[in-house]
Amino acid sequence: MSGNALAQIAAITSMNVRNMSARATSSIVALVGVAGVVTVLTGVLSIAEGFRTVLAQSGAEDVAIVLRSGATEEMGSSFSNEQTRIIADAPQIARDDAGPIVSPELYVVVDVPLKSTGTPANVPMRGVGPQAMQLREGFRMIEGRPFTPGKFEVMVGRGAAAQFAGLGLGSRLRWGSTEWIVTGIFGDRGGVAESEIWTDAVVLQGAYNRGNTYQSVRAKLISPDALRGFKDALTTDPRLSVRIFTEKEYYEELSRSLVTLIRTIGTAIALLMGLGAVFAALNTMYSAVAARTREIATLRALGFGPAPVVISVLAEALLIGLIGGCIGMAVAYLAFDGLRTSTINFATFSQVTFAFAVTPEVLAQGLIYALALGLIGGLLPSVRAARLPITAGLREL
Amino acid sequence: MITRYLPLLWANLMRKRLRTSLTLASIVIAFLLFGLLQALRLALTGTPELAGVDRLITIHKVSIIQSLPRSYLTRIRGVDGVKVATSLDWFGGIYQDDRNQIGSFPVEVETFFDVYPEYQLPPEQRAAWESDRTAAIVGQALMERFGWQVGDVIPLRSNIWRKQDGGNVWDLRIAGVYSAENGDNSGLYFHYDYFNESRTADRDRIGWVALRVEDPDRAAQIAARIDEMFANSSTETKTTTEKAFVQGFANQLGNIGALLTAIAAAVFFTMLLVTANTMGQSIRERISEIGVMKTLGFSAFNVTSLVLAEAMLVTLLGAAIGLTLASLAVNALAQAVQQYFPLLGLPNSTYALGAALAIGLGAAAAALPCAQAWRLKIVEALRK
Repeated sequence: MSGNALAQIAAITSMNVRNMSARATSSIVALVGVAGVVTVLTGVLSIAEGFRTVLAQSGAEDVAIVLRSGATEEMGSSFSNEQTRIIADAPQIARDDAGPIVSPELYVVVDVPLKSTGTPANVPMRGVGPQAMQLREGFRMIEGRPFTPGKFEVMVGRGAAAQFAGLGLGSRLRWGSTEWIVTGIFGDRGGVAESEIWTDAVVLQGAYNRGNTYQSVRAKLISPDALRGFKDALTTDPRLSVRIFTEKEYYEELSRSLVTLIRTIGTAIALLMGLGAVFAALNTMYSAVAARTREIATLRALGFGPAPVVISVLAEALLIGLIGGCIGMAVAYLAFDGLRTSTINFATFSQVTFAFAVTPEVLAQGLIYALALGLIGGLLPSVRAARLPITAGLREL
Repeated sequence: MITRYLPLLWANLMRKRLRTSLTLASIVIAFLLFGLLQALRLALTGTPELAGVDRLITIHKVSIIQSLPRSYLTRIRGVDGVKVATSLDWFGGIYQDDRNQIGSFPVEVETFFDVYPEYQLPPEQRAAWESDRTAAIVGQALMERFGWQVGDVIPLRSNIWRKQDGGNVWDLRIAGVYSAENGDNSGLYFHYDYFNESRTADRDRIGWVALRVEDPDRAAQIAARIDEMFANSSTETKTTTEKAFVQGFANQLGNIGALLTAIAAAVFFTMLLVTANTMGQSIRERISEIGVMKTLGFSAFNVTSLVLAEAMLVTLLGAAIGLTLASLAVNALAQAVQQYFPLLGLPNSTYALGAALAIGLGAAAAALPCAQAWRLKIVEALRK
């Protein structure tokens, strides 16, 4: 573009923007509309993101989960003690002084009241092997101490302790005819384990009449590449009939349907709201153009080309979108980021605690959406402004 | 009075057609969203309202995934006030692909219809189901989803249970298609005996008991009596009304209700601003006209009512169109999302609620312009 055209555009646009205060009410209405849409979109996307993050954090690539063949998740799987030993013998498993780093595990679901409503929730209670903590990289005790193997003691994940009632340090819990004591609270980088209650697998088997059976075996592989060899070794063993995932794959599968659902619903709601906001923006921009008809016609009569007029109107609309988007992002971040909650994962029939995650990607999506709304809202009115017949415009009252 | 002035109101709205249609469009979207959110809330929280008022559910006290001894069924029947009871189990059914999860329940066939009378099917199909151990009855939506026909034998895999021969597939012959007033149209029910005789674990144990009481007012008492009967034993129970049971699951989904309400509120607030803005602009342009009307003898009250009526006309029209669109959309979507949401539909309260909201929205939007019109001095108005 020539320097002249650029100068024209700059002149009209700056005049336009400085005049916006005269149309304050309309502009603010459109602004609030855009901000509202961005807040809602960001909020819903951050739910999906938070949930997905928990499950992604939980998956290590060098930890394999072994289930019985045909099972889609742990509860549908079952191993005898002997089978877990056979699995632990595989050469691809990393070893330390104590032997192969494996944890045969099983979990049950117990009823614990939600702090928010007081109604019962399905919380997973997991019996773990002595090396379970080594298999989870981010594991650390936050308060208290781990349970003592062989005793009716439990340690509670940080998320579970926050969402469900009566799980504080030192609490006594009664399920069935057994009484358990909470000896500690642990964290695992925000992973799934934080929604669980852990105890010794052998004690859990006894309390729930599981004989000497387990549901899954977690094993640390010597390297992520050893997975292929590991799978081959176990599937060709005639004593076993298994299905093997990396922990990462396993959790991705589990979260897939819920994350897709939340994302789909959230996007649909945001699209509809966006449509409503576009109408509001259109309304604002059309009245802006209508109010300035004589002014625009005068500019055109003076020799300003149609392009600067179009761009100045578009600039105004984009500015509304930008400011509305920024306000929406700020509100969403302050209101939602880190908000802890929990929901039921239908795949495992138990609760997963997570926090809303307003990540930079989520914020960026919100901003782009806001700008798009501004653009669409400004396009038609700007074209109308440019095509105004000059003489009719000058006569306009 | 309103009908007399309808042509006037309409003419006022048509004055700036673009502005009116954009405002109307915003309101239509707002109510479309409202309708969809209501349907979503219904889908996610189930229908505690549709739960049988005289039905109780007895589960293992620690958690529903624990089984109960079958003898409990007989003992519960003996409790005073219990009319009929049946047992149900969770099969964890999968058809072919892992992702085709089916809500399948082995039940005690002889007593099933006594406890769940809202499940209806033609007499010959019912007789076929009752007499054939390997038979199953299936919901309409499930039949359509997989293209099954009555008489087909389908292999249903369980992702929890194993058979004694090492497999995990039970072959079921479809004896009939049921329809249920409580909205369940994608379930599968078959014989407990057929299921129990060939499974390896939990032999002669049941998942939970569903029972009907003679007097719904005594439900709480009877529930307490049942739980008392098994208190301090190795398997304690928890008995609640079906409604509380369903509500409990809904609560587990998290505060979905509050979230959806918050979104709907945000949308309406924005629409309020848009409509108020438009009304305000429209009134400002017609100040002199309102002055003329007052000169002609229209009282402040009349003039204000007309302004209010104009606003309500727009909001009610927008609401009507929006809710109709929502209803159409939900019906169209219902087929597509059946796997996740078997119960998709607009709850009945939506229309009444929508009308109330439309009136409220119109009133709130017109508040300021109404105040302006009321207080307008004729002399000042005519000068503009």
